Amino acid sequence: MYFGLLSPAVAAALVESLKQTAFMVSIAAALSTALGLPLGVLLVVTSPGHIAGRPLVNRVVGTIVNLVRSTPFIIMMVAIIPFTRALVGTVAAIVPLTVAITPLFARLAETAMRDVDRGVIEAAEAIGASPLEIVVKVLVPETLPGIVAGVTVALVSLIGYSTMAGTVGGGGLGDLGVRYDYQRFMPEVMVAVVVVRVALVQAVQIVGDAAARAVNHRLARRRGAA
Amino acid sequence: MNAPLPFESLASAAVLAAPEPAIRVESLSKRFPGAVAPVLDDVSLEIAPGEVYGVIGRSGAGKSMLVRCINRLERPSAGRVFVSRRELTRLEGRELRAERRRIGMIFQHFNLLSSRDVAGNVALALEGGRAPKTEIAPRISQLLDLVGLADKARAYPSELSGGEKQRVGIARALACHPSVLLCDEATSALDPETTQQILALLKDINRRLGLTIVLVSHEMDVVRDIANRIAVLDRGRIVEEGATFDVLAFPKSALARSFLSGLVAHELPPEVLATLVDAPHPDTDPVVRIVFTGEAANAPVVADLVTRFGIHPNILHGRIDRVAGRPLGVLTLVAGDSGDGRLAAALAHLSHLGLHAEIIGHVLRPALARRRSGAR
Repeated sequence: MYFGLLSPAVAAALVESLKQTAFMVSIAAALSTALGLPLGVLLVVTSPGHIAGRPLVNRVVGTIVNLVRSTPFIIMMVAIIPFTRALVGTVAAIVPLTVAITPLFARLAETAMRDVDRGVIEAAEAIGASPLEIVVKVLVPETLPGIVAGVTVALVSLIGYSTMAGTVGGGGLGDLGVRYDYQRFMPEVMVAVVVVRVALVQAVQIVGDAAARAVNHRLARRRGAA
Repeated sequence: MNAPLPFESLASAAVLAAPEPAIRVESLSKRFPGAVAPVLDDVSLEIAPGEVYGVIGRSGAGKSMLVRCINRLERPSAGRVFVSRRELTRLEGRELRAERRRIGMIFQHFNLLSSRDVAGNVALALEGGRAPKTEIAPRISQLLDLVGLADKARAYPSELSGGEKQRVGIARALACHPSVLLCDEATSALDPETTQQILALLKDINRRLGLTIVLVSHEMDVVRDIANRIAVLDRGRIVEEGATFDVLAFPKSALARSFLSGLVAHELPPEVLATLVDAPHPDTDPVVRIVFTGEAANAPVVADLVTRFGIHPNILHGRIDRVAGRPLGVLTLVAGDSGDGRLAAALAHLSHLGLHAEIIGHVLRPALARRRSGAR
């Protein structure tokens, strides 16, 4: 399609940039999920009246999360450079991306898990479930559709943030667009980048929605239609 | 705890002396900081093993709080709770969780995991080393057989009816062989027919497993047929307690009477009640309430009044029901008293038959009442 309008060298660069973006985004998403989910659990269970109510812990963790979330990504990226000197290129960009998205995902997971019916948690307590069991067997599975939706939102945000990763030599689609459009006066490359990014975001959203539906047992569906 | 021996030996001595209650609640109180009135106020009760114990009261009377204090979902402010001789109010953490497995609980809104199918919901109670892995699957099918859901093991809660969901709740509650089952308004979200089915299931489980059941409800007809004993709770206090039949036949508190009005005709309709006066005078006839219980319910009472005592009763209100498998009737009638002691003799005769008859007031003679209202 549009690839045909680009020179082979630019097309190759586009594919390379797409790979870099996919790499940065997927690793950062995996790390943010792995770190953000426990953080979200912590925010839920330490809230007053919950299974491990610790208002002070809750307030401290909540404040840190808010601090990180209120820092503009471009500033955070520059601020983190001293800590990522040992890393090079795309790998180095993963660190600020993870730091930026983890608190966002933690809040999304928290919001989902906060909605678990108090009665369901009590039913688990009544049969002797421990707090850890309640987290693993009740809070997370019961809100899996919401958590999956949270991963989708985090992924889309990551795709957005990753465009700035070129600033620290992370490469990727955003970097490609900036270099070719503004520095080499090739606006068609920017158009190609935008088209690829739109397709990427659409694909992530469609797959994410389908995954969220697949893990949702709340809605009665016709037998065999699963 | 360094010296648990004295306490333990005392407890075992008590077992030898008398059958230990399945549940003992001692001076239980629950108040929330800042609240004016306590939710539970010095509640004490004992429930025998295998008993079905009903707790009734209006909403907000503290019924749910009472059962939730029994398995320590709520922490009481004061008082002690024993279940099968173990004092739950002294336990925390792991020990408390272990003890909770011996206490099943079912809820008004079932509280099933939407993310697990029926078998998975029951499995929740068996996982985490509570049952050997190889025994979980057979135990689940055994439980689902017991509650009549063997064919729904793979269905998700969203595909079940309310009654089916509560059956899953019951299977889950029974998974760890509890000695006690707490039912917190377990049928309040169900239609009358499903309610009867769930109650029949509970009764069956009570008989077959010898399970002690505590049944909390705001509806008298839910506890009427299944409970051996009931407690009436009002504003955090037990205002009345006793064998179900006795409480229904001879309610002492006004609250119990008003609860029973839909079931037993203890209270007269308001328009009849309004015509009653406390003190007799020449223009009134006494109003007699007769409570029929057991065998005496079959006695031809009204015929006796007419033929043996020459009293011509006028029936104001009455109803006969079966309560806990025994007939219970309440009849209120106006007995024309000629003042020659015939009524006193008739009342003595009724009490001799084993009926409970009392004069509850006096009402203007119908003929006079008609004349008066005509003159108005």
